[in-house]
Amino acid sequence: MTIPGVAAPITAEQQLRREQRDQRNDKFFRYIVTGCALFVLISLLAAALSMLWGGREAFETFGWRFLWSSDWDAVQKKFGALVPIYGTLVTALIAMLIAVPVSFGISLFLTEIAPAWLRTPVSAAIELLAGIPSIIYGMWGLFVFVPFMGAHVSPWLDEHIGPLPIIGPLFQGPPIGLGMLTAGIVLGIMVIPFVSSVMREVFITVPVHLKESAYAVGNTTWEVVWDIVLPYTRSAVIGGIFLGLGRALGETMAVTFVLGNAHLLSPSLLQPGNSIAATIANEFTEADSPIYLSSLIALGFLLFVVTFVVLALARVMLNRLARRAGEDA
Amino acid sequence: MNRWQRRQSKDYVAKVFAVGATFFGLFWLAWILWTTVSKGLPALKWGLFTQMTPPPGADGGLLNAFAGSIEMCGLAILIGTPIGIGAGTYLAEYARHTKLGAAIRFVNDILLSAPSIVIGLFIYELMVRPMGHFSAWAGAVALSFIVLPVVVRTTDEMLKLVPIPMRESALALGVPQWKVVRQVLYRAALSGIVTGVLLALARISGETAPVLFTALNNQYWASSLNEPTANVPVVIFQYALSPFEFWHALAWAGAFVVTMLVLVLGLTSRWLVARGKVSYD
Repeated sequence: MTIPGVAAPITAEQQLRREQRDQRNDKFFRYIVTGCALFVLISLLAAALSMLWGGREAFETFGWRFLWSSDWDAVQKKFGALVPIYGTLVTALIAMLIAVPVSFGISLFLTEIAPAWLRTPVSAAIELLAGIPSIIYGMWGLFVFVPFMGAHVSPWLDEHIGPLPIIGPLFQGPPIGLGMLTAGIVLGIMVIPFVSSVMREVFITVPVHLKESAYAVGNTTWEVVWDIVLPYTRSAVIGGIFLGLGRALGETMAVTFVLGNAHLLSPSLLQPGNSIAATIANEFTEADSPIYLSSLIALGFLLFVVTFVVLALARVMLNRLARRAGEDA
Repeated sequence: MNRWQRRQSKDYVAKVFAVGATFFGLFWLAWILWTTVSKGLPALKWGLFTQMTPPPGADGGLLNAFAGSIEMCGLAILIGTPIGIGAGTYLAEYARHTKLGAAIRFVNDILLSAPSIVIGLFIYELMVRPMGHFSAWAGAVALSFIVLPVVVRTTDEMLKLVPIPMRESALALGVPQWKVVRQVLYRAALSGIVTGVLLALARISGETAPVLFTALNNQYWASSLNEPTANVPVVIFQYALSPFEFWHALAWAGAFVVTMLVLVLGLTSRWLVARGKVSYD
């Protein structure tokens, strides 16, 4: 007997079959998503191994000398990573010297000073900086910023700071605009949105009662931020800085445009130089011998290892605050 | 100056510094956007979308580059999204508090900010070298490795936002878990997952480093996915570094189009997130 609009009751056998089918599908679905997740895990390892494999010829030929040799000679087939490593570290350092204080200022503004209606649009605008593709930074750098540096900033630095003792040699050089300082500044601008968004997010996690207590006993905004907010969020702030550092170390296109692509080891920040990523981007398609290609891939492996360590440290630092915030709540 | 005044002036200096830093950040944004618009807008012309990339020193358009970019970005999304959603589902539904889940999240976060040029080298070793030639497939796979972590992250986070009672209600009715995930959770988290895909698309549409040695470039129309293929970022890169004025103008026009696309995608996803939040609170 069937009632219209209601499905007929199913037999015990049909019920059993349906349960079996559901169980099978459940298992199947679980296998698929687990496989996808393991794929993520494996891909990072595969990336590292493939570059180690591609760079093995360079590592075998040059050994540890690859790390501190400044040779880069395609004709005599001698390659060393010192110049690109130096350029990568120096430009990233300049970038962080700019980005860290500025990002701190921006997050201070966005969390404590700005009126509520201003916070969302300003933070959205700062985050737009992160969305602009790096090749656009590169073109802007090459066609607009490099001429500006060459015409105004570099000559001034060369004239006024160049003659000074100790720091002077850093700022002596031709007014060409291309070089370490320009690349460092462009990198700094690119890193600001990443560091400031982490800082802003962790500043917000500070319990309101901590800040209000400090204000209640008469602290100024600056004292609250410096003595309450920063100590509370210290590990995450360092994590955010490392995250930015990881970006700065691996950034490719913008640096390629403004660094000058010269295998030159010079103390001056106004001289052109090279970085790991820029060397690879510039020379990869021109590499005419297997050892040249292998050296470039070996450079990529070094970059991968360095950024992996920096980013892993960043993650650990960031997770530490997240855990503590969880305990407080 | 007494102690109180000293503290007040310190506070004042810090506030001025914070406002100054904010203006500093916005200043560069304005300068870069202004450059892109003022140089890119005059270079825009209809021929950009109807003519092929020109030989050295001649004028032309970017038709094959746009086609190649759309093709590769589309393929990258098609490859990266399903895997990303799968992995994100595993993290949120099957491994929320397990050690393996934590390890995968950790690796995914590193992948998220890994230098994109490294991905390019990886795919070069994985595909270009064994196949013996550059291809659109290799470019698409390289880009899909950039899509992947973005989608994993957003899927994981969006599924975690779906209230637990929703799962329990469905399970209590006897719905098997895979159906709960597909028919209840994916629907609830749809706008969030779409946001992730849009963000990923915004990221890859301007990415140059990963396609530089996977898809390379092609002055002509690539007749299949197995050939080197023109794409906007690499064309911009080559034309910007060339000595020809025509080519610079084309590069600026391409840069303008890409930047606008990225900004529109970014704003759309932001709007989707803002809209999505209301329905959960």
